[in-house]
Amino acid sequence: MSDAIIQARAVEKFYTQPDGNRIEVIAPTDLDVSAGKIICLLGPSGSGKSTFLRMLTGLSTPSSGEVLWHGKPVGNEPPNVAIVFQSFALFPWLNVLQNVEAPLEARGVAPIERRKRALKTLDTVGLDGFETAYPKELSGGMKQRVGFARALVVEPEVLFMDEPFSALDVLTAETLRRELLELWLSKKMPTSAIFVVTHNIEEAVLLADRVIVLGKNPGRIRSDFEIGLAHPRDRKSGKFVEFVDYIYKIMTQPDAEPANVPGQVRPASTKPPRQKYQMLPHARTAGISGLLEILNDGGGHDDLYRLAEKLAMDVDDLLPIIESATILGFATLTEGDVQITLEGIAFAEADIQARKMLFREAALKHVAILQCIESVLKAKADHSISDEFFHDILDEHFSSDEVERQFETAMNWGRYAEIFDHDPQNARLVLSEPLVEIHPATKP
Amino acid sequence: MKKPHGTASLTPYRLWSLLPRLEPARLPDLLMFGAAIALFYGLIMVARTWLGPFTPQVEISRSAWALPAYACLSLLRITIAYVLSLLFTLAYGYIAAYNAKAERFMIPLLDVLQSIPVLSFLPGVMLAMVALFPSRQLGVELGAILLIFTGQVWNMAFSFYSSLKSIPRDMREAARIYGFSWWQRFVEVELPYAAIGLVWNSMMSVAGGWFFLMACEMFVLGSRDFRLPGLGSYLQTAASEGDTRSILWGVATMIAVIVLLDQFIWRPVIAWAEKFKVEQVESSDAPHSWVLDLMQHSRSLAQLKKKALFPLRESLMAYFARKHNATKSESVKSPRNMWIARIAGIAAIAFISYAVARVIAMLAGTTHAEAGELALGLGATFLRVNIALLLGALWTIPVGVMIGFSPRLARIAQPLAQIAASVPATALFPVVLLVLIRLGGGLGIGSIVLLLLGTQWYILFNVIAGAMAIPTDLKEACSICRITGWQRWRKLILPGIFPYLVTGLVTASGGAWNASIVAEYFHFKGQTYFTAGLGATISRASDSGDFTLLLASTMVMAAMVVTTNRLVWRRLYRLAETRFRLET
Ligand SMILES: Nc1ncnc2c1ncn2[C@@H]1O[C@H](COP(=O)(O)OP(=O)(O)OP(=O)(O)O)[C@@H](O)[C@H]1O
Ligand SMILES: [Mg+2]
Repeated sequence: MSDAIIQARAVEKFYTQPDGNRIEVIAPTDLDVSAGKIICLLGPSGSGKSTFLRMLTGLSTPSSGEVLWHGKPVGNEPPNVAIVFQSFALFPWLNVLQNVEAPLEARGVAPIERRKRALKTLDTVGLDGFETAYPKELSGGMKQRVGFARALVVEPEVLFMDEPFSALDVLTAETLRRELLELWLSKKMPTSAIFVVTHNIEEAVLLADRVIVLGKNPGRIRSDFEIGLAHPRDRKSGKFVEFVDYIYKIMTQPDAEPANVPGQVRPASTKPPRQKYQMLPHARTAGISGLLEILNDGGGHDDLYRLAEKLAMDVDDLLPIIESATILGFATLTEGDVQITLEGIAFAEADIQARKMLFREAALKHVAILQCIESVLKAKADHSISDEFFHDILDEHFSSDEVERQFETAMNWGRYAEIFDHDPQNARLVLSEPLVEIHPATKP
Repeated sequence: MKKPHGTASLTPYRLWSLLPRLEPARLPDLLMFGAAIALFYGLIMVARTWLGPFTPQVEISRSAWALPAYACLSLLRITIAYVLSLLFTLAYGYIAAYNAKAERFMIPLLDVLQSIPVLSFLPGVMLAMVALFPSRQLGVELGAILLIFTGQVWNMAFSFYSSLKSIPRDMREAARIYGFSWWQRFVEVELPYAAIGLVWNSMMSVAGGWFFLMACEMFVLGSRDFRLPGLGSYLQTAASEGDTRSILWGVATMIAVIVLLDQFIWRPVIAWAEKFKVEQVESSDAPHSWVLDLMQHSRSLAQLKKKALFPLRESLMAYFARKHNATKSESVKSPRNMWIARIAGIAAIAFISYAVARVIAMLAGTTHAEAGELALGLGATFLRVNIALLLGALWTIPVGVMIGFSPRLARIAQPLAQIAASVPATALFPVVLLVLIRLGGGLGIGSIVLLLLGTQWYILFNVIAGAMAIPTDLKEACSICRITGWQRWRKLILPGIFPYLVTGLVTASGGAWNASIVAEYFHFKGQTYFTAGLGATISRASDSGDFTLLLASTMVMAAMVVTTNRLVWRRLYRLAETRFRLET
């Protein structure tokens, strides 16, 4: 018998597309959440982190498998949980106090008792004096404090947070993180576990007692390990950097087996089912060009972590750009080191027109969807085809949001490479004729 | 020396000072008190007439002194119709938004109902109501109210439905994870979220109610002549007698009522609804209302709120919370509910098939001549509606852009235009008609003017809004690049206002089709004026009680409106959303 609060048993989630296709968002997964820990769930965008969180809280029912709270299915009795949302999800027409009182109202707490508890919680999160303010009068950080207060006032057994700091500026996020840790470590909150979804690696290493890294397509656990560092953690310390690097490595190599966790040896996890279809990272051509220029100017290679720091970019935003450059054969990524290739150098040093040509060559050589579009357009008599066609192809492999993103990225690349043009009004792709455009040849 | 007591000391001044002191702060309370007494008196009077015996041939007085009472009666009908619309809206929108199966046919149904002209409902509704209460005035009254209801309800229902559908997922989930009962979710999430859309649509609906008042309060059905005392019947009587003085009195009264409504109802409601705006930052120029300020300072209202409203709210909230927490487990669909739903579904299908069969049987009775008339009428009305739209667009685009670009002009012109817009075109028809007849123009052209009168405002308001929404930096960029004259119109203004223009035109087009019924067919000084058109056919069929023709012509019109919506307006909308969106 385990002392776990929540046990997820082989939970799996499918979404049915409007056209009837079923997309697997979460592959069958087991997970235990036990008391006394902060757990961080990390993963790239669209890997199903929010979906997983919603299944654990009972907001969404798994397609198969089950979620148990203290051994009982979550559907039987709503668990005592609270969620802090990235978007705050406050009610704009209620003032701060009313927002915090609302969950108590739902529990039928009497007015006087309700007010007392709400005021006490507002005091804990540092919001006294703001009781009668409306959310729109508050800054983002203050809004999220209201979100915290609303969550803590119900004294949840497990506090869930879905990217709670992502909508805040760096400094505010840091302050709130520190305050959260303080509350947690001083046991001022009546909560036995915290489950944080994030895509910020440092945030995870800073907060978590246990980190779970989710892979994509379908979502599955790629690594699950403990971080035994004492609080407060120093970002510059060797151990901290080791953990950060380790997570980077897992996340930048979606196909490889995760290496050993720093300081421990773990058996390799089960091999995930691989998806055959090539997935485009969501990067725009301007970003790829920029990255290659900076790499080239900086001597041709750089550490991923330093590169992110240099560009003042979240690694999560930088990763897709690097992945794109890798797919196009302009760069390689090994062990967290980015290295520009000969093609990459040629590209970085070319002028605008030549860049387009090089990009076109690389794209047609390496990118399956662009090859496919080109050959279809060439085969058609009128050299054009409706968007729908490619949507249909992508629909087979991705969820509808992802299809949109895949399509948008393919459009961005293909138009830059002058492989085709997109006519949004008629929703059609038209084969480009770059030669005709560049040299307006014989005129009648 | 002692002052003498007795009557001698009762100087006027002393008398005055003996009266309770009238402090400015009490003023709101006194006003509220007066309003309550007036309301009570009104209720008694209305109850007496409505429950009185059926008197179909009420003599409609043309004296100006009758107007206040008539205005109150009309207002009462509109109010009751509005309350009914609101209830219907909440129920219909709620079911359509939360029941995926029901949604699939409820929303297209709404689309069709919206395109059926109000007056086509008239004979059916009236006869049904009179049959229901044959011996009481109540029947006719209810009929008139139901007609006004059919003119008000559809856009409100649609607005509520789409608001419910667009509540952000996180907000919904917050309500769920914190265990809100449905009541708490309704009053703390759904209703507030939908409030602003509901308020604006309510305003539009009530304004539309005035438009059909004239037709609903006085009409002939076959051999029967129905009259209800009210502003609409007053205007219609005055119009058919050609009594210009009375018409002007009536129109003046209507404008007064509309202005009062605006000041005492809509403005306060809009100012109050401001807090339901879902926005990240506070807007700088929030609407204000002096009435709302007054009400918020009223002590008796504050007392009422504290003593009655708060406890009521608390106990409702607690009651539903208890109920919600008692049924904690996942709401499993009880087999009984399933059966009820199934039976209801089967009954609905049976009824619909029966109705369709009857309609087909009836339509089989249409003669060739009638079919020809319908086709011709459709063409004529189609032309008229589109000419009216074109003329409307031609004058409102330049004027609207001018107003929208100049904040000073907008401050003066917008309230004026709002009042002008709220005057129902039907009330002005007689005046326009008099002028037209004097000038020698026929109703064929005259009805275009009448359509224009009714629908140009929708275009004007939207153009003003569009012009105001064009960002200043774009305007500046144009002047820096020396883009002026026609180029400025083509590059900046027309694309900028396009989405708004489309919205205005859609509303105007729907309104124009509906208004053609009153514009193409008119009783005046004992004569009937009409011109070939689908609207005229509907009116005539309704007048003469020819149900087959009424049904056929109504279906043609509804089909026409739905088809143009699908084929033209929806495409333009999409174009506006994709190509011409000014993103900031
Ligand atoms: N209701 C739904 N219907 C269909 N697909 C959905 C639904 N909800 C989520 N998805 C899809 O499931 C995938 C995972 O979504 P989820 O929101 O859980 O990802 P995430 O890891 O939280 O991403 P992010 O970092 O962007 O928040 C996405 O591809 C998304 O498009
Ligand atoms: Mg998410």
